[in-house]
Amino acid sequence: MTATAPDGARSFRWRRRSVLPGFGLSLGYTIVYLSLVVLIPLAGLGIRSASLGWTQFWAIAFDPRVVQALQLSFGAALAAAVINTVFGVLVAWVLVRYRFPGRRWLDAAVDLPFALPTAVAGIALATLYAPNGPFGAILDHWFGIKVGFTPLGVVMALIFVGLPFVVRTVQPVLEEIDRETEEVAATLGARRWRTITRVIFPALLPAILTGFALSFARGVGEYGSVIFIASNLPFQSEIAPLLIVIKLEENNYAGATAIATIMLVISFAMLFVINLLQAWSRKWFGHE
Amino acid sequence: MQVRTVNISKRYAGLAALDDVSLTVQPGELVALLGPSGSGKTTLLRTIAGLEPPDAGTVYFNDRDLSDSRIQDRGVGFVFQHYALFKHMRVMDNIAFGLRARRKNKPREDEIKRRVLELLDLVQLSGLERRFPAQLSGGQRQRVALARALAIEPSVLLLDEPFGALDARVRKDLRRWLREIHDRTGHTTLFVTHDQEEALELADRVVVMNKGKIEQSATPDEIYDTPATPFVFSFIGESSVIPVQVGNGRATLDERLLDLEIGALPDGPAQLYLRPEDVTMVTDGGPGIPGLVVSTRRIGGMRRVTIECGLARHRIEFDALAEVPINNSQRLTIRVIGGRVYGAGAEGYETERLAASATSDFKWAKAEGWLDR
Amino acid sequence: MSETAQTRKVRRAIGEGPATRIVLIMVALVFLGLMLIAPLLVVFVEAFGRGIGVYLQALALPDTMAALQLTLLVAVIAVPANLIFGVAAAWLITKFDFKGKSFLLTLIDLPFAVSPVVSGLIFVLLFGANSALGPWLEDNNIQILYAVPGIVIATIFITFPFIARELIPLMEQQGSSEEEAAVSLGASGWRTFFQVTLPNVKWGLLYGVLLCNARAMGEFGAVSVVSGHIRGLTNTLPLHIEILYNDNKAAAAFAVASLLAMLALVTLAVKTLLEARFAGEIAAQRRH
Repeated sequence: MTATAPDGARSFRWRRRSVLPGFGLSLGYTIVYLSLVVLIPLAGLGIRSASLGWTQFWAIAFDPRVVQALQLSFGAALAAAVINTVFGVLVAWVLVRYRFPGRRWLDAAVDLPFALPTAVAGIALATLYAPNGPFGAILDHWFGIKVGFTPLGVVMALIFVGLPFVVRTVQPVLEEIDRETEEVAATLGARRWRTITRVIFPALLPAILTGFALSFARGVGEYGSVIFIASNLPFQSEIAPLLIVIKLEENNYAGATAIATIMLVISFAMLFVINLLQAWSRKWFGHE
Repeated sequence: MQVRTVNISKRYAGLAALDDVSLTVQPGELVALLGPSGSGKTTLLRTIAGLEPPDAGTVYFNDRDLSDSRIQDRGVGFVFQHYALFKHMRVMDNIAFGLRARRKNKPREDEIKRRVLELLDLVQLSGLERRFPAQLSGGQRQRVALARALAIEPSVLLLDEPFGALDARVRKDLRRWLREIHDRTGHTTLFVTHDQEEALELADRVVVMNKGKIEQSATPDEIYDTPATPFVFSFIGESSVIPVQVGNGRATLDERLLDLEIGALPDGPAQLYLRPEDVTMVTDGGPGIPGLVVSTRRIGGMRRVTIECGLARHRIEFDALAEVPINNSQRLTIRVIGGRVYGAGAEGYETERLAASATSDFKWAKAEGWLDR
Repeated sequence: MSETAQTRKVRRAIGEGPATRIVLIMVALVFLGLMLIAPLLVVFVEAFGRGIGVYLQALALPDTMAALQLTLLVAVIAVPANLIFGVAAAWLITKFDFKGKSFLLTLIDLPFAVSPVVSGLIFVLLFGANSALGPWLEDNNIQILYAVPGIVIATIFITFPFIARELIPLMEQQGSSEEEAAVSLGASGWRTFFQVTLPNVKWGLLYGVLLCNARAMGEFGAVSVVSGHIRGLTNTLPLHIEILYNDNKAAAAFAVASLLAMLALVTLAVKTLLEARFAGEIAAQRRH
C-alpha cells in the first residue's frame, strides 16, 4: 500500500453512510419510542430498587416464601424447557423432514401458544388437569399422579407456553442444513446415527440452546396460564410473578420491586447469553 | 457527458477498496472496468453512481462537482448485477417508475406509456409489457433493467456485471446487442466485468483494476499488445512467466542471450512474460532454448504444448500446428520471438504460480545434460 | 437385488426407515395433540357444552360487552402505534449500518424476556401514587393507572416487538438493491418506501399486525397489574375471563375465552394461508 492511502483513523464514523434516506427519522422515532415505552419505565424500576438499600433488599430476597417462589418459578421453567427442548427438536425434525397429510396445519398449530391468550390457555389447562378433568382423572386413577393445583401443573402450563420457541428456532436452521452434507457423511461410510450425532446435531446445537434459553426465560416470567392450574398457596405452588402481584395488592411496593429486580437481572443475563449464542452461531455456521 | 473521478479513496473495515483512483471517461465512450473480484471495480462504479460516498476525492459530470448532489438528482442509469427489478410491478410499471417519480417535468401518463413502448421496442421486448419479472427469462430481465435505466434519459449509463448471471450463449447475444444500443443512443457508458473477453470485445476502452488501483487504462488492442504491468499481462490472455537476468540492456536466460527489446530496465533479475504466440519451435536446427515436453493438448486447430526449459525447469506454453507430431518427453528447441520483460518487484497476477514452479532442481538439470551444453 | 430393497438401503443411509418415520411422526402428533390441541378443544367444548343459548347469554352480559369494547379500544390504539414503530425500527436496522445496532436489537427483544407481571409493575412504579410522577399526575387530574391509559401503555410494552421482529428478517433477506434502484431512478424516500419496500413485505407485515393484535387483545399479566380490575371500566376480555372463572361461572368464562380462541385461530389460519401462497416471502426465521 502506498503512502497516499487515506488515513483510516480519520474516517472513524459511527455509521456507514447510505444513499437510502430516512436514517435520522427512523433512528429518532425508534429511540424516542423505546425510551418512552422501555427505557424510562425500566430506569424507574432500577431507581426504586436501588433506593431499597442492601439490608432491606437481602431481607426480602431471602424471605423463605420468596425463595420458595423463585425456586418454583426457575425449577418449573427449567423442567419445562428441558421437556420442550426434547420434544421441540423432535417436532421440528418431523415438520422439516417428513411429508404427511396435515403437516401444514400441524406446523400452524405450533404457533398456537403465541396467539392464544395466556388466560384462555390457563383455564383450559386447569379444566383438563383438574382432579375431575378429562386428563387429571385418568392420570390420578391410573398412575396416581396429581397435576392440577400442584407444582407439576405449573410445569404443564410452562410446557404449553414455551413449546413454540424451540420448534421455531430449530426449524429454520434444520431447513438450511444442506442435504448434501448428510449424503457426504453417508458416502464417507458414516451410519445414520453417526451422521445425526456428528454432522446434524452440532450444526443445530446453537439453535437448540437458543430455543432452550427462550423457552426457559418465557417460563420464568409466565403468569396468566399458571395461576389457574396452580394452587397458589404459599410454599406449595406459588410462583414468583404471583408473589409480586400479591405484594402489590398488599401495597408492599418494596417487596414487589425486590422480587422483580431479581427476576429482571436473571432475565437480562439470559438475554445476554441468547445474544452470545446467536453471535457464536452466526460466526461458525453463517446463520441464526 | 464526461465523467471524471479525481483521487477517489474508499475503505471498508480498514481495507482500501479504492486507493486514489482518478479516471476520465469521455462523452459517448463505452468503458469496461475489468479486474478480479475485490479489485474495487464495483465500488468505483457505485461511487460514480452516488450509491457509495467516497472517503476522499470528487466525482465530476462534465464540470459539475457531485459531492453534495443526491443520487436522485444525478441522473445516472444504473443496472444492478441481479437487475433489482421491482418484483411486484409489471414490466411496463418497472420501466415507467423513474418517469412517474419525477417532480419536475413529469410527463403525462399517455406520454409515459408511449416512452415505455418505445423503450420496449428498443430492447426488443415488445409485447411483454404486461408480464411480471418472475415470468421473464434472465436475458429478458436484463433488458428490462436496461430499459428502466434508459427511461430516465440518464446522462451516464452504469452497468454492474451486466451479463454475470446469464449463460454463455445469451451472454454473447446480449453483448453484441448492448454495443448496438450504445452506438444508437450514444450514452457515456461504464460497465463492470471480470470477464476479459467481454471487456476486450465490447469496450472502446478497458480500465484494468487491481487492489483498488487502476493498473492500465487503454484500448483493447493496447491492453493486449502492450500491457503496462505484469498484472495486466497475466490477467489478460494466456501467459507464461520465467525469470531472466538483465544486463547491458539485454535479457539472458541461464546466460543465453534472448533477442528481445526490453526498454530501459536496471541491471539485475527480471521476469519475462510470454504469450503462447511469443514462442516458436525451432525446426531448422538454428539457435534456441532446448526443453522437454511435459504435456500437450488440442485447442481447436492448434496444439498447446507445455515444455520445461532452463536450469530451473520453467514451464512455457506455446502453440504448434496440430499436424506436427509432438509427444510427451520429447526434446524440443524453442525460440522466444516476443514477450515483455518487467523488472523485479513488479507484482504480477501469477506471481504465486511462478513461486510455486520456480524451485530449482540442479540434479535434474545435470541428468538431462543441460549444464554441460 | 430387488428395486425396493435397494431403495430401502439408500433411504436408510441418508434418511430414516419407514418404521422410524412413522414412530417419530406419531410421537410428534400425540405430543402436540395432548399439549396444544386438547386445551384448544376444551375451550370450545366447555363454551358450547350447555347449548348455544347459554353461550350467547354469557356473551350478552353487560360486563362482557364492556370488556369487549375496552379490549377493542386498547388494540385500536396499541396496534397502529406498534405498526409505525415496527416499520421505523425495521427500516433503521435493515437499511443502515451503525454502531449500537445489536444493542437496539436486544432492547427490541426485551419484552420477550421480561415477565408480564414485571412489565406491569414498572408502570405501577412509574405512575403510582408514591412515584416521582404520581403527585404531579394527581394534581393535574390525570388518571393513568387503574384506567385506560395504563392498560394501553402496558399493552404497547408487551406487544411492540412483534411487528418489528416479523419485518426485520424479511427485509434483511430482501436486501437493499431494489431500494437503491428506485432512488437511482429519482424516487424520493417516501415513494421508495411505499412503492418498492412495502409491497415486498406486505404479507409479513400483515401477519405481524395480526399477531400483535392477538397478543394485544389477549395480554393478561401486565394488564392485570395496572388495571385495578374495576368491573365494566378497566376489565379487558382476559381479565373478565379470570373474574368469571373465579366466580365459578366456568361456562361464561369459556364462552368469553372462545372469542379470543377464535381470534387466535383466525390469526394462525391467515398465517398458514399466506405461507402456502407466498412461500418464501414470509421469512422462514421467526421468533416471538
